[in-house]
Amino acid sequence: MAEQERFAELAMEHMPSLYTAALRMTRNAADAEDLVQETYLKAYRAFGSFTEGTNLRAWLYRILTNTYINSYRAAKRRPEATDVEDVEELYLYHRLGAHDGAGMSAEEEALRGFTDDEVKGAIEALPENFRIAVLLADVEGFSYKEIADITGVPIGTVMSRIHRGRRALQKTLHDFAQTRGLVSAGPATS
Amino acid sequence: MVDEGPGCGGEAFGVDCEEAVRQLYVYLDGELTQERRREIAVHLDACGPCAGAVGFEAELRTVISSRCKDRVPDSLIQRVAAAIAEEQARQRSGS
Repeated sequence: MAEQERFAELAMEHMPSLYTAALRMTRNAADAEDLVQETYLKAYRAFGSFTEGTNLRAWLYRILTNTYINSYRAAKRRPEATDVEDVEELYLYHRLGAHDGAGMSAEEEALRGFTDDEVKGAIEALPENFRIAVLLADVEGFSYKEIADITGVPIGTVMSRIHRGRRALQKTLHDFAQTRGLVSAGPATS
Repeated sequence: MVDEGPGCGGEAFGVDCEEAVRQLYVYLDGELTQERRREIAVHLDACGPCAGAVGFEAELRTVISSRCKDRVPDSLIQRVAAAIAEEQARQRSGS
């Protein structure tokens, strides 16, 4: 059992990553700030039930995710797609530059050209379930098991959401690259 | 879909390219069993195109996590600290 006095000392350091996640979930700075504050208050109140030495970060993310789903999703004004388009594997790899196989490849160079706003925008464009799964895996680095615990869905579903979400994200990034004229339309011929 | 690898003929040590690509995410996520991971690694050692694809996906992962950082506003840190202090005071006066 954790002492409430220790809460700030242990939990505050996680705020930057919780805030980042909250921004991607709510897609709005004001809501993200409210969500983080609500998460910390709930966590503080429930801290007595947290076992010190177990995964505090995952515990905080579970509270954040549940609070988002229960409070913010319900208040959403516009309907959102619930599924992603089926996108083939290695979508971006096959479309960015030539595969010369020597040193730093052209396509890896091209990846570095994406801006922060494009990457954030591509994640935020994913439907909620996919967005949360990809965010927890690729931005926050949680394992499949941890994501299953945080979101309360079976591991198989988590894997499917992460994998399909990643492929959909690649298509959005490719669309951005096309808009900026970084790549031509259609797959690269090799 | 990966082109057949040089000297690989589309299959290296029991894992073909299609299988390697299918397992690519789970491999990069470090979620394969040790034995399965070794089988895929052996394939990647022998198959240039698959190794290139894995390198690309790994780089993409790095780009995504590094481009997704946001600075917490100081006002939020203060707000949260104040809200917790208030809650603390409320609990003390209530007990």
